[in-house]
Amino acid sequence: MDGKVKKFIENFGWPRIIIAAFLMCLFASTPLVGVRLDTSISDTLVRVGMNGVLVLAMVPMVQSGCGLNFGLPLGIISGLLGATTSIQIATSADIIAKSGAASGGMKYALASALQTGARGPLLFASALAIAVPCAAVLGFVYAQILNRVKGEEMMIATYVGFSSVAVMCMAWLLLPFDSAVMVWGYGGSGLRTTISTEGFWRHILSDFGSITIGRFYVPTGMFLFFAFMVFLVWAFFRTKTGTAITAVGSNPEFARASGINVDKMRTISVMFSTILGAVGILVYEQSFGFIQLYMGPLYMAFPAVAAILLGGASVNKATMTNVVVGTFLFQGILTMTPSVINNLLKSDMSEVIRIMVSNGMILYALTRKTQVKR
Amino acid sequence: MMGDSNAGQKFTASENIRHFLISNAVPIIFIGLSAAAIPLSGFSAGYLVQEMLTRLARNSFLVLSLLIPIMAGMGLNFGMVLGAMAGQIGLILVTDWSVVGIPGMILAAIISMPIAALLGLICGKVLNMAKGREMVTSYILGFFINGVYQFVVLYLFGMRGILSVPFTGTEIRIPITNPQLVLSRGYGIRNAINLTGIRRVLDNAFPFSMHLNIGGGTSTINIPAGTFILIAAFCVFIVWFRRTKLGQDMRAIGQDMAIADSSGIAVERTRIIAIVISTMLAAFGQIIFLQNIGTMNTYNSHEQTGMFSIAALLIGGATVSKASIANVFIGVTLFHLMFVVSPMAGKELIGQAQLGEYFRVFVSYGIIAVSLVLHAWKRMQERERARRGLRGEG
Repeated sequence: MDGKVKKFIENFGWPRIIIAAFLMCLFASTPLVGVRLDTSISDTLVRVGMNGVLVLAMVPMVQSGCGLNFGLPLGIISGLLGATTSIQIATSADIIAKSGAASGGMKYALASALQTGARGPLLFASALAIAVPCAAVLGFVYAQILNRVKGEEMMIATYVGFSSVAVMCMAWLLLPFDSAVMVWGYGGSGLRTTISTEGFWRHILSDFGSITIGRFYVPTGMFLFFAFMVFLVWAFFRTKTGTAITAVGSNPEFARASGINVDKMRTISVMFSTILGAVGILVYEQSFGFIQLYMGPLYMAFPAVAAILLGGASVNKATMTNVVVGTFLFQGILTMTPSVINNLLKSDMSEVIRIMVSNGMILYALTRKTQVKR
Repeated sequence: MMGDSNAGQKFTASENIRHFLISNAVPIIFIGLSAAAIPLSGFSAGYLVQEMLTRLARNSFLVLSLLIPIMAGMGLNFGMVLGAMAGQIGLILVTDWSVVGIPGMILAAIISMPIAALLGLICGKVLNMAKGREMVTSYILGFFINGVYQFVVLYLFGMRGILSVPFTGTEIRIPITNPQLVLSRGYGIRNAINLTGIRRVLDNAFPFSMHLNIGGGTSTINIPAGTFILIAAFCVFIVWFRRTKLGQDMRAIGQDMAIADSSGIAVERTRIIAIVISTMLAAFGQIIFLQNIGTMNTYNSHEQTGMFSIAALLIGGATVSKASIANVFIGVTLFHLMFVVSPMAGKELIGQAQLGEYFRVFVSYGIIAVSLVLHAWKRMQERERARRGLRGEG
């Protein structure tokens, strides 16, 4: 019995146990500090759904031995490109639809299709349709860089991500968008820092079959989508290519000796991660209701990295369970600490706790002895 | 590969020039960029010279603090922000006690040194657990300690405490008496602190100015001589340090950790010492930096320190494994030249200063990314070649 407990603790890891216990304490103490348990759980669930796919975007790269995907902003900016373009399409279509049937056949038919109930789904689908190829291209380029710097991917990924965000900052100013809801009111050019998705595809997934009981809200559609993505990744790693990627991650020399093209597998995994990042940010934005441009995506990789590590992943191994458990624990802490700790101490300590938990978790993963050998 | 190792061979002049261009590509590109941007920005020569001298004084010490870990083969010390935070804690306390002038600066240094040493010790120990990925680990450690720093400064510093030792009622707090420093709620340091007491005391310790006659107009240039004397002393220290036993050990470790270990050098201990020295120097560097700026953003000043210092060093032509004192000064000058002129150049060119702003952010990140890629790529190629050699193909 004693041995069993010890084994369990070893597998699960002390930091994870402490944080899980901490989260349980937070949930348990809600009635004592006058915070509603139902809203707390519901808030946590919404945030799990929002961030789930972004965390999932870590898995392919971790599995192929490319390390934690600190270059997530690359996928995110592809998603943002899709998001902004879809809104541009919508506003252009609105103008065409208003101007009447005289303005032309095919274009008008498409524009009026966007005035019906299919508006939200169509626009969200178009955002996805633009984001995914962008992410595939960026992911391919990103993979070519990472294939040349084996063993030092993580630091380079961080700065590749940062640089791409800075490039896009310039692009957001210069790209020829003219939708009135997106560009700055004065000057008439350059996108705003935050753009509302209200009237386009806000809550398009979240509200699909959602359940509301009093203050308790479950974003069913978002969870179905998340589950579908998890299934997709899970199934992918059971295909021949997926298995080959895992082999490359566990032992590149061995994989090469058995005839696997290591660089190709790494490229696929990086592209896959980047695409998931693009899809992830769209899911995030439809729930959040806003598109955040400019420096918004800069640090978005860190919470996702911390979440998957919290779920039990290591620098070169990650499973679907890690994703789900990690996202729940991490987002749970993020949701619960502000409300509970604020009521307890009459002071908002949540930001500090967030910084220490997320970076502490990453540090723990980076310094584990067993993980150092590569 | 051309290098000093095959010095016996004779190189033609064109080969020599090519080698020079390749090995100094980064600074040359930045000289070109600046040469194009300076006329666009419309700044006068006098203004730029003054600005560069100020910024050299302000930043050189911080950038110099990066040299020792590079020597020990630990890469770019992203953990230097730890030192910056220690320096800031010293400055907060000194401001609260209203110790002004040079004594204030010295006291701030005295307070921050043990904190920096402790943080450096932690950093060194953590990095020893993550050999081979020092940079990313020190980077994340910077974020983590930033959390600790925020906790201390935002919740423990104050006129009243919010945390207390259970059952005894003793408050856990670091007393701050000056209400101007504390948030209205009674604890936590305000975001902006006015460092009037020590503003420019070191820069102006030996007032020194000269008249410069360029481009038709005469302008008076103030030279922060005090700071430059200190920076010069630091350079002498580094040159001397390289020749000591400890410095030689570090270079040996930087060359090859395993060989250094088998020749009896205490690798882990020496690596910790390298980081401790770097962190302590960074703390002092941050104090110099902030005495020049004159105000401190309690929660932001240190965050950019690491990135800007590292970008400056790399622009000066340093790499992850090799950096000299010359790289520091060239880098600081070129980086800050770009920093000053790019917003104005962007405004003149496209009509948006914001664009130039983002451009310099891009350059800071991009230059770090490119240098890291080039270094890792080179190392990977060398590894491949060594492996081919083992297989008897090389």
